[in-house]
Amino acid sequence: MSSGELPGPAPEERMRPEGRRNEQGIRIDPEAEATHQPRYAVLSALVKHEPGVLAEVSGLFSRRQFNIESLTVGPTTDDGVARMTIVIEEPEPGVEQAKKQLRKLIPTIAVEELQPEAMRRELALVKVRAEKPDDVQSVAEMYNGQAVDASPNAVTVEITGSKQKIDAAIEAFEQFDVEEVVRTGAAALERGAETMDANGYASGE
Amino acid sequence: MSERAFHQDPEPDSPGDEADDGSDDAREVTTGAEAAIIALEEAGVDMAFGVQGGAIMPVYDALYDSDIEHITMAHEQGAAHAADAYGIVSGDPGVAMATSGPGATNLVTGIADASMDSDPMIALTGQVATDFVGNDAFQEVDTVGITQPITKQNYFAGDPDTLGEDVSEAFALADAGRQGPTLVDLPKDASKAETDVQPVSPETPDTYHPPETADEAVIEAAAEALEEADRPAILSGGGVIKGEAHDELRAFAREYEIPVITTMPGLGGFPETDDLSLGMAGMHGTGAANLAITNCDVLLGIGTRFDDRLTGGVDSFAPDADVIHVEIDPAEINKNIYADYPLLGDAERVLEQLDDELTEAPDADEWRAQCQTWTEEYPLDYETPEDEPLKPQYVVERFAEHADDDAIVTTGVGQHQMWACQFWTYTEPRTWVSSNGLGTMGYGVPSAIGAKLGAPDREVVTFDGDGSFLMTMQELSVAVREDLDITYVILNNEAIGMVRQWQDGFYEGRRMASEYPWIPEFDLLAESFGARGFRLEEHDEVDDVIKKAREYDGPAVIDAIIDPGENVYPMVPSGGDNGQFALNEQQLDTL
Ligand SMILES: Cc1ncc(C[n+]2csc(CCOP(=O)(O)OP(=O)(O)O)c2C)c(N)n1
Ligand SMILES: [Mg+2]
Repeated sequence: MSSGELPGPAPEERMRPEGRRNEQGIRIDPEAEATHQPRYAVLSALVKHEPGVLAEVSGLFSRRQFNIESLTVGPTTDDGVARMTIVIEEPEPGVEQAKKQLRKLIPTIAVEELQPEAMRRELALVKVRAEKPDDVQSVAEMYNGQAVDASPNAVTVEITGSKQKIDAAIEAFEQFDVEEVVRTGAAALERGAETMDANGYASGE
Repeated sequence: MSERAFHQDPEPDSPGDEADDGSDDAREVTTGAEAAIIALEEAGVDMAFGVQGGAIMPVYDALYDSDIEHITMAHEQGAAHAADAYGIVSGDPGVAMATSGPGATNLVTGIADASMDSDPMIALTGQVATDFVGNDAFQEVDTVGITQPITKQNYFAGDPDTLGEDVSEAFALADAGRQGPTLVDLPKDASKAETDVQPVSPETPDTYHPPETADEAVIEAAAEALEEADRPAILSGGGVIKGEAHDELRAFAREYEIPVITTMPGLGGFPETDDLSLGMAGMHGTGAANLAITNCDVLLGIGTRFDDRLTGGVDSFAPDADVIHVEIDPAEINKNIYADYPLLGDAERVLEQLDDELTEAPDADEWRAQCQTWTEEYPLDYETPEDEPLKPQYVVERFAEHADDDAIVTTGVGQHQMWACQFWTYTEPRTWVSSNGLGTMGYGVPSAIGAKLGAPDREVVTFDGDGSFLMTMQELSVAVREDLDITYVILNNEAIGMVRQWQDGFYEGRRMASEYPWIPEFDLLAESFGARGFRLEEHDEVDDVIKKAREYDGPAVIDAIIDPGENVYPMVPSGGDNGQFALNEQQLDTL
């Protein structure tokens, strides 16, 4: 009963190219298809310091399915400007897309992907059951941690450093009873004398 | 055909209430609401579409003294679509207004629609007073939160002193670079509060820098690739029209004799009457366009985001082609299709740059002949047996024959929309007004109102579906009240036909919730609104009814009872290979 038949050679009779594209729309050699491994990227963004910007950025990342590992935001020396550090894990074209979409937000002033050797710091507070407070203290010292609170039953240690260092510290504390852990995301800056402004890092591009 | 019962010529003799001309040039701002309206005036706005309500009343009150004409719509969705269409045909942002809560949420579909199609539009919404925000007050919703992902930028204008500036900036942003919708949420206390800050003329924020001209090194490389192409093709997108690059494109394509394919929003960017035109590509594109895009070796895409309805499966999209992508939005580069030559900038200026760089046309005689063969092999065809029900394609084709060359076509969403793409011949920019990206049923009736008011001297015809018409037909009351000369053609298959077609093709004919034989008689319905209604059932009445409806001075509705079994072909199933389009249902099964 359906109609709408059209004339013309059938699908198998038509000119058809050999090539193919991968999921990212990149032309590939069908013999040796390149797949892009996910990698961590640290994005540093200057944004206008105004209400709603954090929601805007986090909304953007979730709706476009970028995988945020951490996102931190705080004021800068300029009252009107806040700085965000966003750690994502994406395959190659995804990192580029994330940068561009972030740059496209109107309150965004500049976006840079930091070098792998950039300085990265996180902070963790680890609350440990302290039957032997001295043991806790000595583990803390191994990671340059500091006890910031001690009560009859628990010690809370502050550790700052790279993600790896904090992971290792928390693992070391597992020998006691770790009651609570809270971690910030990464704060990161490029090494050297360069600073970031509306044109990005002066050294970049 | 019948011009049925209870028709009274509504011949409105009221002269159309001209806004009272008491206003003088530089009005002094006294309130936030006035600042908002004066900001619009400063931006050159002369019309707004909306619906009143509590939280926006101060802003409407400020409109009372303004020369801006306000068109009251029946539903805020209608206001958004009308403003959107006004923006498409005029090129300047259309203005939609709504109150807080349900007024704002009713706008949402229209804002999302404008966002998907990069249509310039600014929405002003009322909001509860700032003291109440966050308290779940009466008619409070988080409008800024809800519309954040579907606007280019939105504003919570809580400070009467900067409220006017927010509106100016929102207007400028909607219009600049890649156009799109913006929104300003106006809490009632800020609108009512006193201020004497005069709004400035619209300016985009200092963080916004759309690219203008492309990198010369990439231009050189792209030009070389184009010169050396054996099978070049141009894909002309909506950005060609939005960027006013259509004249440049015509000259460019003709000078270098490159076949031109359009996207759906790109319809009208290049004349379909030109020998180089292959028509529209994509899911229901022409055979020639889909074969050319699949087999080309250099593809010059201009102002297109390579949407999935265009590309089909990415794996088989133009797999032999070096892609030159001319685009104003950097985020579109490499989003869906990798660009071998990304050319960031304004479409018209980048085409000029390319033209300056090219020294010769690609040697592509054979390829053009091949494209010509495809055009001949795959005509868009249909049968018109006298003894069968009316064919929708015939109705569209005949109307195109009668209509002015620069007539504007608006549509709903479904099969009828695809027939309007396929069987109308688009030759001029800003003649195709449709919900391309969001696919919003109900776009047809209100968009025609916005289009007619945005381009009063042009003919406006809407091809609508019975299902789509039912979603927003209340706006017919506005077309009647404003005495707008619009012809609505309902291609009535008593079904949400596109869904029915997919069920037949992909769900073994299990027609769940896709047929509705209980629809009203649209010609009578039109008459009850005060419009002129026609019923059209036979092939040999088509011309006559079209003539009568066009001659009628005011909104006319043709209820065209079409073959309910008619399907849209060619068809590339979603995610399929464009070159392997099906010409009938059997071929669909084999793909
Ligand atoms: C608002 C909305 N709801 C649902 C859909 C899904 N949909 C796509 S086409 C279609 C059928 C449209 O029916 P009609 O307007 O009569 O057009 P036809 O296909 O019959 O020409 C539907 C339900 C949609 N596109 N928009
Ligand atoms: Mg229908």
